[in-house]
Amino acid sequence: MLRDITIGQYLARDTAVHRLDPRTKIMSTMLFMLLLFLVRQLAGYVFLGVFTAAIVVLAGIPPRMLLRSIRSLAFILALTFLLQLFMTRGEPLFRLGPLVATREGLNMGTFMICRLTLLVVMTSLLTLTTSPIALTDGLEHLLRPFRRLGVPAHELAMMMTIALRFIPTLLEEADKIMKAQMARGADFRSGNLLRRARSLIPLLVPLFVSAFRRADELALAMEARCYRGGEGRTRMKQLAFAARDGIALTTVAVMFLGVLFLRGRP
Amino acid sequence: MDGPLIRLEQVTHRYDPGRPDQVALDGVDLEVAAGEFVAVVGANGSGKSTLAKHLNALLLPTEGAVRVAGLDTRDPGAAWEVRRMVGMVFQNPDNQIVATVVEEDVAFGPENLGVEPSTIRARVKEALAMVRMSEFRARAPHLLSGGQKQRVAIAGILAMRPRCLVLDEATSMLDPSGRDEVLNTIRRLNKDEGLTVVHITHFMEEAGAADRVVVMDRGRVVLQGSPRTVFTQARRLERMGLEVPPITALAGILAAAGLPISAASLSVEEVVDALCPSS
Ligand SMILES: Nc1ncnc2c1ncn2[C@@H]1O[C@H](COP(=O)(O)OP(=O)(O)OP(=O)(O)O)[C@@H](O)[C@H]1O
Ligand SMILES: [Mg+2]
Repeated sequence: MLRDITIGQYLARDTAVHRLDPRTKIMSTMLFMLLLFLVRQLAGYVFLGVFTAAIVVLAGIPPRMLLRSIRSLAFILALTFLLQLFMTRGEPLFRLGPLVATREGLNMGTFMICRLTLLVVMTSLLTLTTSPIALTDGLEHLLRPFRRLGVPAHELAMMMTIALRFIPTLLEEADKIMKAQMARGADFRSGNLLRRARSLIPLLVPLFVSAFRRADELALAMEARCYRGGEGRTRMKQLAFAARDGIALTTVAVMFLGVLFLRGRP
Repeated sequence: MDGPLIRLEQVTHRYDPGRPDQVALDGVDLEVAAGEFVAVVGANGSGKSTLAKHLNALLLPTEGAVRVAGLDTRDPGAAWEVRRMVGMVFQNPDNQIVATVVEEDVAFGPENLGVEPSTIRARVKEALAMVRMSEFRARAPHLLSGGQKQRVAIAGILAMRPRCLVLDEATSMLDPSGRDEVLNTIRRLNKDEGLTVVHITHFMEEAGAADRVVVMDRGRVVLQGSPRTVFTQARRLERMGLEVPPITALAGILAAAGLPISAASLSVEEVVDALCPSS
């Protein structure tokens, strides 16, 4: 279930979308998200959907992967739709006991489904086509101008890198501890929710203790390698915008302006 | 520069100033010459790690002084230059790799030093070649074996162009083949590149490969010399909770029984040669 969610996964390929500068992709995704919440016509969503599908094809991502990801969110989508359908006031469509479905609700619900689906697909596309390192590098660069306002750009990027580095290590360790506890008769799989949550304690406590010890040792190792924050630090890999980044950004910007323009009309 | 690369003068270290009776290092005098391969052995808690951390200013002496290439580690302005010159490999291979890709991790040190990007790239390539890990440069570190991870850690230090490599029980969590990988790597770096090596270990066989063995006991350096001279003191080592390598112990017993053999033989071949000179 959890594995099916594609946000956060990376699919190494050599396509034009993969080769885009991470900053281009992050900025475009953010503009796209904004767009999703500005569009008010069904035609607009159809257009954005076609645009998204085009990127999926360009990036060589198997659509099945994305569909599975959406399917695992089906419950949330359905719930959102029903809430919108029944909770929006307006012209009544039909009744279900004390609940009244409205035409406006139907519209809003449909929009919400479009928005959430495209949101999930777009963010998945960002991480599927951008390696974690490129992603953190891009974020660090984009946040840099906000350092004056106290945004710790370098520290955030470093934290993300270390988290990404240690997630597999800790998962492996969790697996080991779990097997060790199961060998001693621990049961992680049966019982009600409360029981299962409680059975996690013998897993989480040693995991936390070890994570803190790791953090301690890592900090020492980093200090031994002359780490002293982002000040005066250089990077081996330099980010560079290319012509394709210009094209991509222009496309998204034109789309954005187009939607703003159409929005002003009925 | 003349004189030793590293010099410790009467170094005493207390972790807790409130408990003056608990000394982790107790008046240690030690010199490490440039190009030397020194092994440090000692029982658990004898102060080996404390000593190691003094060599690159991770810890500062409570009393006495540590000088690296003439720089005093207590000088705050010198600490980073000291850490660049004296690189350190730690025990747990997992907890010293920072980045999610091998070559990014090797670049971490030079990046911290503010080295030019194109120069970093060249150094990373060279360092990975020196530890024979070039083909793994694009791998995720968590998929490597323990020995490979330690070699990546060594490459990360080499990329900073150090003068000395300190390994604090860097082989103790590895399987025998991983230990051989790391040991061969540091021996080669010492011979071919002239890199000074301080190898802390509790495997006496590993100490046998060094130019000099330093024995620590309760915060003091109690014995030092060539592996041969140190290993002849089997009794004394045993009292400190240390065991000479099995082949050396055997040679000792045979010598005591009157056979014509050196009590400080370091390898099986040596014992065979001494016992069967004709073969
Ligand atoms: N962070 C610390 N705080 C207080 N005491 C410490 C600390 N680290 C080590 N000690 C103490 O200092 C002494 C020397 O410890 P050190 O870690 O240097 O020994 P070691 O020879 O490296 O041992 P090991 O073989 O277990 O690694 C020990 O008595 C230890 O308990
Ligand atoms: Mg130690």
